[in-house]
Amino acid sequence: MRYQTQRIAWWFFATCMLLFSLQLVYGFVMAFAHMGYDGLHPLIPFNAARATHTNLLVMWLLCGFMGAAYYIIPEEAERELMWPRLAYAQLAALVIVGVTAIIGFHLNWWEGRKFLEIPRPLDYLVVVDVLLFIANIGATVWKGNRMTTTAMVLFFGLAMAALLYLPGMIPTVNQTKDSYWRWWVVHLWVEGVWELIMGGILSFLLIKLTGVDREVIEKWLYVIVGLTFLSGILGTGHHYYFIGTPGYWKWIGGFFSALEPLAFLGMAIYAVTMARKGGRAHPNRVALSWTVGCGIMSFVGAGFLGFAHTLPQVNLYTHGTLVTAMHGHLAFWGAYAMIVLAVIAYALPLMTGRRLHDSRAAVLAFWTSNIGMVAMTLAFAVAGVTQVVLERRVGMDFLEVQKEIQVHFFGLVLAGGLFTVGIVLYVWNFIRSGLPVAAVGERGVADMADTSSEP
Amino acid sequence: MLSKSAARAFFLAGTAVCTTAFVGLTVDTFQRIPAQTHEDTITPAVRAGKDLWDSNNCMGCHTLMGEGAYYAPELTRVYERRGPAFMKAMLRDPAAMYPGQRQMTNYHFTDDEIDALIAFLKWVGEVDLQGFPPKPNLVQVAVTTGGLASAADRPQVFNQICIACHALGGQGGAVGPALDRVGDRLDAQAIRRRLEDPLSVQADAKMPKLPLTPEQIQELVAFLSQTKTEVPR
Repeated sequence: MRYQTQRIAWWFFATCMLLFSLQLVYGFVMAFAHMGYDGLHPLIPFNAARATHTNLLVMWLLCGFMGAAYYIIPEEAERELMWPRLAYAQLAALVIVGVTAIIGFHLNWWEGRKFLEIPRPLDYLVVVDVLLFIANIGATVWKGNRMTTTAMVLFFGLAMAALLYLPGMIPTVNQTKDSYWRWWVVHLWVEGVWELIMGGILSFLLIKLTGVDREVIEKWLYVIVGLTFLSGILGTGHHYYFIGTPGYWKWIGGFFSALEPLAFLGMAIYAVTMARKGGRAHPNRVALSWTVGCGIMSFVGAGFLGFAHTLPQVNLYTHGTLVTAMHGHLAFWGAYAMIVLAVIAYALPLMTGRRLHDSRAAVLAFWTSNIGMVAMTLAFAVAGVTQVVLERRVGMDFLEVQKEIQVHFFGLVLAGGLFTVGIVLYVWNFIRSGLPVAAVGERGVADMADTSSEP
Repeated sequence: MLSKSAARAFFLAGTAVCTTAFVGLTVDTFQRIPAQTHEDTITPAVRAGKDLWDSNNCMGCHTLMGEGAYYAPELTRVYERRGPAFMKAMLRDPAAMYPGQRQMTNYHFTDDEIDALIAFLKWVGEVDLQGFPPKPNLVQVAVTTGGLASAADRPQVFNQICIACHALGGQGGAVGPALDRVGDRLDAQAIRRRLEDPLSVQADAKMPKLPLTPEQIQELVAFLSQTKTEVPR
């Protein structure tokens, strides 16, 4: 940490830890309901649990992206953040809106549009909040002493994410049009501009952790985000196969979706190559594990498993089944959860001055959570494929099929338990690291090895 | 070797081309959607139904057009599959229709709201979804090789309502007992009593009193009392 205002990131990261932990609780509520133990249903109906689970995810990832930006942008721009107090206010506002939304879900107050359940009045507040954030980091980049590609990619990713929230608010009475616009937000976020954010953070971490020349890393960053948009924008078509839109989307969506793994493959090769190429052994090995792990797991989850069911001939049968949940879990984990956990693992010792990054808990957290998530993905895969065969091919009744696959949710709960152990260890390490130091230089935060990485 | 400026040019050009194409296709799609979704049939009731669908987050459990959660049945073709009478009874009291099964929240809809939801789901069922949901293609093999009586020979009300809980010829729900050879076990009169008022036959019966017209009951009695041993398993 070289700038005072970078410590603001800690509060965003702490919020991440809290929201992520709560997200796991709701995951278990749903897994148990799928197993047949739905005793909580009168209190937390499944749709409330689901909306809470997914919205907490979106919220903690956005919080993580914002925290990452508040940490990275001052360092890249080589100046303090423009309006530090605004950043705190903006975090507080985001948390208030988020908590209100989640309480609302339990009281049947929502929009009922998958992933965008936040009620409309709160949508406006989210937009205002994100615009304040964009203004803050934008002004810092603009007034900064240097403008790096990493900072620009990160900034444009975040700015586009804010802009692309708007199509989701276009009013329509036709369910098909409603869905069409909803995917402009959801797809163009996760398979578009969020990859820009991910790429920007990845590039920053690789520069810091591997010591490879910035020019080389940023050149390949352009190639990767180029591949992302080349495949991802028209790849939106894979959501337009069966919702009442023209048949040509099967061709366009199928073709460009098939290219989508390339961007993630690029990301994986990028992370692995740079990590091997870098001669310098950075002391924070766990941060490097998360960084390289993110590249690899995003390829497996988002790239490979996404490809596995976006061909229109396959998707006809897997669309709207648990196969989607299989892909969704590993994709979000690999691409976005891991990049946020990577940047936290990297920044935490630099902000707090406590060198707990290579403690046994930190290493164990990495392996346990990853193995747990892979096991969860397998449980979803078996449940999903069984559902496809019995319901879509054999024509068995929905509820009968659900009874057949209950046992796989027992497997899911076991795997989820392992995953939770990993996350608890991660959070425990975060708590043990304590608060960020009040001033740069205190507790030796300035003398970590990477501070000398660049002139 | 690729230079940084070439890499940037690749990124900018690729993004510009794809964005332009995507926006163009979106414009074209929006010109075609009205015909493909029969937009002229979106009545005020359909709109009201969509509002209810959204404001109660039905997608949080069900899927519609394959979109939503995977906890409750896909509802795209529910109008065709279950018919309005079943849907009405289900929306009025979900717990009664599927006793002891996975729970659906009772939203205490008014009659107008129920009609609106049914109108909305009927409209969705008529949208051209490019082949979704797919017809189960393995069961057709089973039907032809097993020589089962075709579902088309049964009363429509049986295929829409009874089948939700009872199986016949291996197809249908398992909430209530299978109805294969029910005609051997029960005579026409017994079947009629069970349909008219299930609780009068068995005080703890799980089967609800269904919204059936006298004609439908007559039709079902005739069909079920003939469902005897000759119906192959």
